[in-house]
Amino acid sequence: MSNDNGKDQNFIFRVRRFDPEKDPKPYYQDFTVPCPPGMVVLDGLWYIKENLDPSLSWRSSCRMGVCGSCGMMLNGKPHLACHTQVRELAKDILLVAPLPNFDIVRDLVPDLGPMMDKHRALNTRTIRDDGEEMLKPTDQYWQDPEDLVKYLQFAYCIKCGCCMAACPTLATDERYSGPMPLAQGYRYLVDTRDGAFKDRVKQLSGEQGPWRCHYAGECSAVCPKGVDPARAIQLMKRQLVFDYLRLSKLRYRKPAGLLPQEKRAKERREGIAEPPEFTVEGATSLQ
Amino acid sequence: MPEIIRYPNKLGLIGWLGGGKWGVERYLYTLHRVTGLGILLYFLMHIFVTSSRAISEELWRSTMGFFDSTVFLIGEYLVFAAFAFHALNGLRLGLIELGFLTGPAEEPVYPYKSSLNVQRPFMIVMMIVAAAVIIVGGWDFFIAGH
Repeated sequence: MSNDNGKDQNFIFRVRRFDPEKDPKPYYQDFTVPCPPGMVVLDGLWYIKENLDPSLSWRSSCRMGVCGSCGMMLNGKPHLACHTQVRELAKDILLVAPLPNFDIVRDLVPDLGPMMDKHRALNTRTIRDDGEEMLKPTDQYWQDPEDLVKYLQFAYCIKCGCCMAACPTLATDERYSGPMPLAQGYRYLVDTRDGAFKDRVKQLSGEQGPWRCHYAGECSAVCPKGVDPARAIQLMKRQLVFDYLRLSKLRYRKPAGLLPQEKRAKERREGIAEPPEFTVEGATSLQ
Repeated sequence: MPEIIRYPNKLGLIGWLGGGKWGVERYLYTLHRVTGLGILLYFLMHIFVTSSRAISEELWRSTMGFFDSTVFLIGEYLVFAAFAFHALNGLRLGLIELGFLTGPAEEPVYPYKSSLNVQRPFMIVMMIVAAAVIIVGGWDFFIAGH
């Protein structure tokens, strides 16, 4: 196969274009891109922008699979453009399209706003009573490594939206929160530092909860970070059922407190920065 | 500020089949929904047919006579097959939803293995059982029963 001969090979990038100011609907446009071995799709897009069509639009930032900006459909499957090699996916034609299940803003730019709204709606942050301690921490909260493992996998989520594009339930159901927000909801549901279990359960028992998921598993199959949202959603259902039967211990859990006095540092260690000032004028809390 | 025009890109029903990596579980997901709808349709027809007895015995007999054909026998078998699949796959889904077949959360190490890998052996067993039930049912429907 000529794919690994070390020389450039020309690939057709068949890119889905849409300019809201002049196009009534999206269309495909072909670009010929010379691809050396190891070249990622994002580099190909940059080649097009610099040499063939400066108007091509997409979203990207870190170029190393961390920021989650460059999620797009590559040959019909959701991937991050920055860590997907052209020659791994295509023989001669690479289909590049924006993530489905999101409205298209322009070319390959999806509108991720509704996903982030759903994410925010599930209160995906630590909620505690000791607001002053959270704002001006005097020490770390005490959490066992075993408790950390219960949510750490889901904390690797980079909000790229690939799971939302692959979810068949979300394709037909607007009200379903989707894999990313629900996985993040579970991440806080089982975090021992959180103190809002009862409120979260009440919220998740409704329409935005996990019950519309029937385990197609596509979210986990496409996740570029191994987050496994399908697992989080099923474990969330388990917590909800066990809590309904009053078999869950989490309902009676007190949020993890500060380290016991004997384990705390005698003085604040040098080099630990003070929290920054609020950037919003008049703000007094994290809420 | 001018309003930003967005082009709707929801996959709709196509999304039941496309958009992901097309794993086996996606097809089971779609088949589970389709068989569920099929069983619901049969249930509605069943109520309609049975309720004709409340009007008169003659209407009941003529309605039943209408359904006494090879086409509806095959249809009845399809309902049986749909029920067998839906029930056994539903058992798998029930166990997954209670967290018994997903495994606990674990540190993601590349190449990633997800909960799909954990439940897959059970999925294969359930699908073999479903296929066996459907085959035995077919033998009873079309050979032994007639």
